[in-house]
Amino acid sequence: MPRPPRTGGKRPLRRRKLPPGAKRPVRRPIRKKKPLKMPSSPWEGPLPEALRGRFGDSIREATLLGGQKLVVADLAAAAGILQFLKDDRGFDYLVDVTAVHWPKREGETFDLVWILYSFATNERVRLKAALLEGAKAPTATGLYQSANWLEREVYDMFGIEFDGHPDLRRILMPDEWDGFPLRKEYGIVQQDVDWVRENLKIESAQ
Amino acid sequence: MAATTLAPPPAEDATLLDSNEMVLNMGPQHPSTHGVLRVILKLDGETVLGTDCVIGYLHRGVEKIAENRTYQQFAPYVDRMDYVAAVSNGLGYCMAIEQLLGVEIPSRAQCVRVILAELNRIASHLLWLGTHALDIGAITPVFLCFREREQVLNIFEKYCGARLTTHAFRIGGLQYETYDTFERDCLALCDLMEEKVQEYHSLLTGNRIWVRRTKGVGVLSAEDCKDYGVTGPLLRAAGEAWDLRKVRPYCGYEKYDFEVPTAESGDTFDRYIVRMKEMEQSCRIIRQAVETLPAGPIKGKVGKVIKPPPGEAYVSIEAPKGELGYYVVSDGSLKPYRLRVRPPSFVNLGALDKMCRGSLVADVVAIIGTIDIVLGEVDR
Repeated sequence: MPRPPRTGGKRPLRRRKLPPGAKRPVRRPIRKKKPLKMPSSPWEGPLPEALRGRFGDSIREATLLGGQKLVVADLAAAAGILQFLKDDRGFDYLVDVTAVHWPKREGETFDLVWILYSFATNERVRLKAALLEGAKAPTATGLYQSANWLEREVYDMFGIEFDGHPDLRRILMPDEWDGFPLRKEYGIVQQDVDWVRENLKIESAQ
Repeated sequence: MAATTLAPPPAEDATLLDSNEMVLNMGPQHPSTHGVLRVILKLDGETVLGTDCVIGYLHRGVEKIAENRTYQQFAPYVDRMDYVAAVSNGLGYCMAIEQLLGVEIPSRAQCVRVILAELNRIASHLLWLGTHALDIGAITPVFLCFREREQVLNIFEKYCGARLTTHAFRIGGLQYETYDTFERDCLALCDLMEEKVQEYHSLLTGNRIWVRRTKGVGVLSAEDCKDYGVTGPLLRAAGEAWDLRKVRPYCGYEKYDFEVPTAESGDTFDRYIVRMKEMEQSCRIIRQAVETLPAGPIKGKVGKVIKPPPGEAYVSIEAPKGELGYYVVSDGSLKPYRLRVRPPSFVNLGALDKMCRGSLVADVVAIIGTIDIVLGEVDR
């Protein structure tokens, strides 16, 4: 037999009958889970002090985020900080350069991230600087050769240009490709339809 | 995939019979480029004046895919980057998410992870050795290396059902308990490998052709390695005893007694020696790990739904090819907000130009082989 359709409104709460003498169990209220947070604390030590002493307010914060050393600085000071870290503090290995796109953030919509390592002290530091849409970033190619390809990849994927890079062109995507795939507004199946038609002689699946 | 900047010489200078500079294209369909690497060489006769790598033929947008998958859903994708060392890829990825979550991994899981990662290092080095020797003209080693690699893959298959793209680990620990004869198989493989490494030595190390083709070829000093961000066996062959398993231990590597093999001159021959010794050291680690394999749970306290707190983390491991890093940014949702892979092959390949300049065309093949690139990882 089909159920009669529900007419809307709340059904009255029907409580189960208990045998005489039994107590109704107390139900524990559902506690809301506290939102998790990554452990973070201000990073104290000679290096952040030296950075603050030298670059002053350009250093926005120096934290230990989950035990990892992170310096957030102004973009204008980034080149100077990289130079200082390499020449004075022995950070002789540029591990990675990458970017993060934050289109919903007001003002600067990109974060540039440099990961540096010092062979002498076995220390790893992450430097982060925010960047305005369309602004140029300072290149690290004068300091580290590894910056060459890494910055080309950032340019390829985000369209961030590096001022003074000797050979700034796309590295993974085709030269004539339209759009920067790792920007948030770029869809996951999005393609450059014209490029696909012209070079692969097929119609794009979109 | 960018067009070259190495323009051909002006036409009036180049006559048919003189030895002016010329531009030669190598790849992407070339057997010694290990996939789809295209190298544009600028030559003066047989001497290389400069190179330009054209990469991206295998670009699949792994980092973009990561932003559109949940943390667990993305885990199998990392295996498809460096597909000859899928276990290492998975290890780095899981460790990065675990760092975001702040979970502890049970010691049994850590130990099994070490065993599988070291087995994978052996498999990766074996594939490198076979193909590298084949590139240079030695046919025999490739058959021998694949024979032994098969034994490693058999262990993977018995453990998790897959041979190449294993997806052996899960965020928080392991998915599967080890199978019944796992320890015995691992020890048998160590016995086999220690014997077979000697066999490879007898084939190659004293071989005059091998020595002439590799000694002094593609030299990269320790300073240049650091400048170019080159890590792994290339850096160690230049004399720097730097191994993330020693300097920043993870997964309990500090408990095992092993050496970091180094060499001095940083040429192709030294890299060969370093990788051969690394296989022996891996056997040593596997033996210790199997002997001390603790009992206990294989998964830490991780929920069914993985939702790391907002934040970011960079975690790197010593993959067979160098420093493999994952930089993950979480916005507190179910998917990574941004996931960046720091691939060792990509960064190491950046030093190709430096290594090739001044050498001969035939050496370029040896140098591409000695960097040990996997194009799936270079292009991602």
